[in-house]
Amino acid sequence: MSTSPSPARPPARTSPTTHLPARARLAVATGRAVAGASKLVHFGSGSVIGGRAALLVDRDLLGQLTAGREVLIVSATNGKTTTTRLLVAALGTDRPVVSNSLGANMTPGIVAALGTADPDATAVLEVDERWVAPVLADTHAGTVLLLNLSRDQLDRTQEVRKLAERWHQALAATPPARVVANADDPLVVWAASAAPSVVWVATGQEWTSDAAGCPNCSGRISFEPGSWRCTACDLARPEPDVSVDDTGVILPSGRVDLDLALPGRVNRVNAAFALAAATALGADPQAAAVAAGTVQEVAGRYRVARIGGRDVRLLLAKNPAGWHEAIDMLAPAPAPVVVAINARIADGHDPSWLWDVDYERLAGRVVVATGERRHDLAVRLRYAGVEHETAADITEAVARAAAAPGHEPGSVVDVAANYTAFQEYLELVGGPA
Amino acid sequence: MSGSGDRRDSAVRIGVLFPDLLGTYGDGGNAVVLAQRLAWRDIPVDVVTVAAGQAAPDSCDLYLVGGGEDGPQVQATRELAQSRALHRAVDAGAVVLAVCAGMQILGHRFPDAAGTDQAGLGLLDCDTVRVDRPRAVGELLTRDAAVPDPSDPSGAGRCELGVLTGFENHAGRTVPGQECATLAAVEVGEGNGDGTEGVVCGKVVGTYLHGPVLARNPRLADLLLGWVVGADVLAPLDDGEVDELRTERLRAARSHELAPRRSWRDLLRRS
Ligand SMILES: [Zn+2]
Repeated sequence: MSTSPSPARPPARTSPTTHLPARARLAVATGRAVAGASKLVHFGSGSVIGGRAALLVDRDLLGQLTAGREVLIVSATNGKTTTTRLLVAALGTDRPVVSNSLGANMTPGIVAALGTADPDATAVLEVDERWVAPVLADTHAGTVLLLNLSRDQLDRTQEVRKLAERWHQALAATPPARVVANADDPLVVWAASAAPSVVWVATGQEWTSDAAGCPNCSGRISFEPGSWRCTACDLARPEPDVSVDDTGVILPSGRVDLDLALPGRVNRVNAAFALAAATALGADPQAAAVAAGTVQEVAGRYRVARIGGRDVRLLLAKNPAGWHEAIDMLAPAPAPVVVAINARIADGHDPSWLWDVDYERLAGRVVVATGERRHDLAVRLRYAGVEHETAADITEAVARAAAAPGHEPGSVVDVAANYTAFQEYLELVGGPA
Repeated sequence: MSGSGDRRDSAVRIGVLFPDLLGTYGDGGNAVVLAQRLAWRDIPVDVVTVAAGQAAPDSCDLYLVGGGEDGPQVQATRELAQSRALHRAVDAGAVVLAVCAGMQILGHRFPDAAGTDQAGLGLLDCDTVRVDRPRAVGELLTRDAAVPDPSDPSGAGRCELGVLTGFENHAGRTVPGQECATLAAVEVGEGNGDGTEGVVCGKVVGTYLHGPVLARNPRLADLLLGWVVGADVLAPLDDGEVDELRTERLRAARSHELAPRRSWRDLLRRS
């Protein structure tokens, strides 16, 4: 949970839960007690368990905790954590903000984050793409940001088309005042078209492999540079209201300079979503852009840390669409990089998506493969024509990368890892900030 | 085997059918594997990717049909049934590898998203039916696999493939017919659903194995390529890294390690 300081913040009430009905207060207290006990027995932060316990006491707790509160929902396959963080920064310039974090992005985690929050704080909620419907129904969020939908965790996530359908139904059932949505993702456009008012963001998204079939009519989507349309129905790219250029964001209210500490084109796009939503809620564009620019790491992503006596930078890339963007963020060849792949339950047990990643683009450098599925990665890299080694653990992997040709002595080694591998290394370097 | 001793003067043409409709599970990797295994042997190769809506050519030597979601599966079938390009190619001796949904649509019938029977392409003698049970999701490992040698008129010749390893993710149950052989008996996992895995009719091979199947099973890759160029022109390759992967996956499948070192912490994080 993070609460941003605000210059105009009203004096805090004696207890942040006194505004709640008795049952909700009991639920929050139970949740905190269980979370504390869970923490004591080293079950992670305990917040999710606490949230679950609280929901057992009061099933409508999320509705109680968000009643009368401004709520924003951020969902996507990729970039939802980063965009949530950027949005918290942008809105935090002129109001108190509360947010969930650490990937606790389903109802229990959200309840845990809101349980003790300032009742006047605006809630910026990262929501798992499968949980948009129930969270929207409970919170009646006024603003929903929908960034993208692509394949993730092949063995357990529902087909992306079905997710788009559930988003569509959720927006029709509980229409928010505004949706901020990706104009370049046909699945998102179709889902968002159920909402009465949409701010369309031109993302220049190049990953279209998961959207060839029209979500509206099962016809075929035809893609051309900067545009797309269904060949069988009238679903087509909407005229964007927001776009990015090399140094700024063009908002409906005009252009604003953007100098981001976070790397990569995709984070400029994430910032565009955040600024579009924040300014629609009255935030000053310049101040919001400056605040977004100062965000340096997001739940450990992009953190520079020491592993085995060497500086590394941690990057998260967990599916083909995410990798498509992440490869551009890596130090350029010939700098060696470490790539770590696990296939635990949170990653999806089937890492065959490695073959949908254009790892050929890593050629010209040494890649050190590690993680529990390093042999899958090694075979993929062999067929991609990428020089590579394998290492049993991260310390050995970093040492090998630092010893490989192309490594500048003293420079930072990039480590790109998928979900559970990333979490493991983050804990190794001290956990999330 | 057929084509034995041929010295081709043209590139091997590999047709990848509708990867935008049938490419959900990394099966596009099968084309990468085949193309590289030819290139490493200095055999020219031409990969032809056919997007949905484009006319499928009937002139390729080898076709790949991948796995996909229910809706796109029906669309792919419609396009291939109308053009009959794949039928003409198979009649002319082309090799086909069809994975998962690809295998299902090559059979006589398969269920669509609503559970309604759809007519398949009839290139494999099998029926896929809906069964009332959870999806088969997990490592799939077979006993020693072998397929009838299509160049042996007696039908007694066998091409040995060793054990096959991959990952399966499907709902239907596939019932092989009398005209077809199966690839192998299942050791771990579901496969067709009757203890067998895969369906083979001549040079048309269907399987539930993702992974992709040819990345994890290079002998199967070389069998398909041998049917095109002749087995004798396929010089041995160093598959040491694949052997390491196979060893690791065989161990995982046999220890039923669906969730490698699954921890409470992982569960809590995502729940
Ligand atoms: Zn359409």
